[in-house]
Amino acid sequence: MSTNATYRSMSANEVAWAIASAALAVFSLFVASKATDPGYAFHAYVFALAGIAGVIALGKRAAANVPAVAAQEINGKPNYNMGPVKFATLASLFWGVAGFLVGLIIALQLAYPALNFDLPWINFGRLRPLHTSAVIFAFGGNVLLATSLYVVQRTSRARLAGDVSPWFVVLGYNLFIVIAGTGYLLGITQSKEYAEPEWYADLWLTIVWVAYLFVFLATLWKRKEPHIYVANWFYLAFILTIAVLHLGNNAAVPVSIFSPKSYIVWSGVQDAMFQWWYGHNAVGFFLTAGFLGIMYYFIPKRVDRPVYSYRLSIIHFWALIFLYIWAGPHHLHYTALPDWAQTLGMTFSVMLWMPSWGGMINGLMTLSGAWDKLRTDPVLRMMVVSVAFYGMSTFEGPMMSIKAVNSLSHYTDWTIGHVHSGALGWVGFVSFGAIYCLVPWLWNKKGLYSDRLVNWHFWIATLGIVVYISAMWVAGIMQGLMWRAYTALGFLEYSFIETVEAMHPFYVIRALGGAMFVVGSLIMAYNIVMTIRSGEAAEPLDAAKPALVPAE
Amino acid sequence: MSLWKKHAIFEKNSILLSLGVIVVISIGGLVEIAPLFYLRSTIEQVKGVRPYTPLELAGRHIYIREGCYNCHSQMVRPLRDEVERYGHYSLAAESMFDKPFQWGSKRTGPDLARVGGKYSDEWQLQHLVNPRALVPQSIMPGYPYLAKTELDTADIAGHLKANRLGGVPYSDEMIANAGADLKAQLNPDDAGAAGLEKRYPKVQIRDFDGNPQKITEADALIAYLQVLGTMVDFKGYDAKANYR
Repeated sequence: MSTNATYRSMSANEVAWAIASAALAVFSLFVASKATDPGYAFHAYVFALAGIAGVIALGKRAAANVPAVAAQEINGKPNYNMGPVKFATLASLFWGVAGFLVGLIIALQLAYPALNFDLPWINFGRLRPLHTSAVIFAFGGNVLLATSLYVVQRTSRARLAGDVSPWFVVLGYNLFIVIAGTGYLLGITQSKEYAEPEWYADLWLTIVWVAYLFVFLATLWKRKEPHIYVANWFYLAFILTIAVLHLGNNAAVPVSIFSPKSYIVWSGVQDAMFQWWYGHNAVGFFLTAGFLGIMYYFIPKRVDRPVYSYRLSIIHFWALIFLYIWAGPHHLHYTALPDWAQTLGMTFSVMLWMPSWGGMINGLMTLSGAWDKLRTDPVLRMMVVSVAFYGMSTFEGPMMSIKAVNSLSHYTDWTIGHVHSGALGWVGFVSFGAIYCLVPWLWNKKGLYSDRLVNWHFWIATLGIVVYISAMWVAGIMQGLMWRAYTALGFLEYSFIETVEAMHPFYVIRALGGAMFVVGSLIMAYNIVMTIRSGEAAEPLDAAKPALVPAE
Repeated sequence: MSLWKKHAIFEKNSILLSLGVIVVISIGGLVEIAPLFYLRSTIEQVKGVRPYTPLELAGRHIYIREGCYNCHSQMVRPLRDEVERYGHYSLAAESMFDKPFQWGSKRTGPDLARVGGKYSDEWQLQHLVNPRALVPQSIMPGYPYLAKTELDTADIAGHLKANRLGGVPYSDEMIANAGADLKAQLNPDDAGAAGLEKRYPKVQIRDFDGNPQKITEADALIAYLQVLGTMVDFKGYDAKANYR
């Protein structure tokens, strides 16, 4: 035990984390030395670096005299741990802009194929998973980490459980993102949509996710309120279900531990069902349940009104999570999946409309008596429009899941349009709203740098979404109709390539809509950076300040 | 009234809430997934469907690596226009050795479930190198590097073994001969060609990229494309046998 005046010794907890980090580094270096694929070797070195960085960070933590076990309360107030929340907030901003940009690039590649440049690393097939993963898991995931770790602390009135583990969760998750994203560019993918990362990235995510679950639960256990707040039900359902889906869908046999390649244990029709059970519920639990958690905390908080109906939220919660899980087969209509499973999937998808709109009503009606705030508060406007987009896409989804509609819409760009009305409108806007709320709260500012810029962001992005989804509606329906068009003599009217050619103007318009959305996100990034750098402090520096510093 | 109050049990206990969530989300998945492992229509064996040869498997890996599934489906639906455009609708059995499945979800390009044999090897090669040279309106990226890059064949037996662990019936003999079979598929005069044909009935044996000096990624990918949808002989397939 060192008694040096300026350094404290590492706690047992920190030593354990340091040993685990060092073990990761040593093991990764061993794997790197025998890797059969250069991309995989690169990933092993990244893991090794992360392990070494972990050891250094833990040492520095002790050297900087960050208390090994932080005070739970200061002056009778919870000593919230906002460091990891701040990190995840900024990470979401970064990945958001990056992910939207990659989306714009691939949209342009579809309009102008020369932009693939005949190169492996940036062709459409590799960039498309990069885009989807970047926006869903990197942007959306970090928003969910930031907001869930914020909300669980505030609504439990307790400091986040664990001292190192919350940092492990946010940093470990972002390491997963880096591994996954660089992997796609290097051609490392298992080709399951929205679950492309290979077996070793999946294993790493499993560890991080279990830690996330425990940090979340253990914080709930410390709560000072008898009831668990409704937003936390949704976050908990999201964390648990994603764990189950992730394990089920990614069960795989690696070729060896020195190879990035693995083969899924399921095959053919069973694998298809597993994939869309996962895929649809990545939408249902990652992009919906988690973000409904945001809606249930941030909208009431922003309008300063309680949630519209407590009973509706109970029904909303259980009905949503029960029904969603059945909806997967609507991605497999008219395929070799048995008919009964398709019909079951369709039926539950249509029923799902009800809890979805129940949730929308609960969110929107929370504004009753405070609708005037929509005129003055652009952040609130953003969140309310997001709930409206949620309502629209959760109507469109059940409609497209009807087999007769699906026979036309499936495989076309209509699906892409539908996804983006949900992703840009609902997930994007509710996230932007949450970020605009969170940043002044976290950095202790009076407000945002500029509300006018929020307004610009709102209008440019909204117009962009409308341009985007209209183009895709027209393109998709036209495509579907052309595929099935017959001449008077009973021949197929169009060759496939004629339908590709017909898409061109709509791909250009779509790229334009996407570009507007990107511009909006850049305006947000600027506004957020300026808020943190030069916003006016919310209160004199002394009072509650100590509560906010323990971050590394 | 009292029922609403009972919900407090979940609101006050995180473990009960977690268990409740797990139970509620398990039902749908179990009902929809579990039967697929024993229903006849999903596990039927159809004559002609065999595991991929080592070369086809390597080609399939290239297909996955380049993300072809992002734009090409491999699932012909039983709709009039699709059957006329692409051929017989796809059977579950035709993807029974696909790990993972490649049915896809988007047709930015045409369905490939039955592309095997539709175009010559030379067409496929030129189309991969520069799609717009053959189809001016195409928006597919070019893959000129595939024909230049040597195929990594070092661990091919390991790939077969991993598939076998997942249930693909690769025999010991197939695994022992994996490397030799891969080379033999590119040369009809190869001493191992007869053994390959015995192990993988109706296998297509030729140099796929027209460059016998090198085993390239294009060789493997074209071998894979040329086998797609060709394993089942539909003249002998009785659709009604599995009808219910």
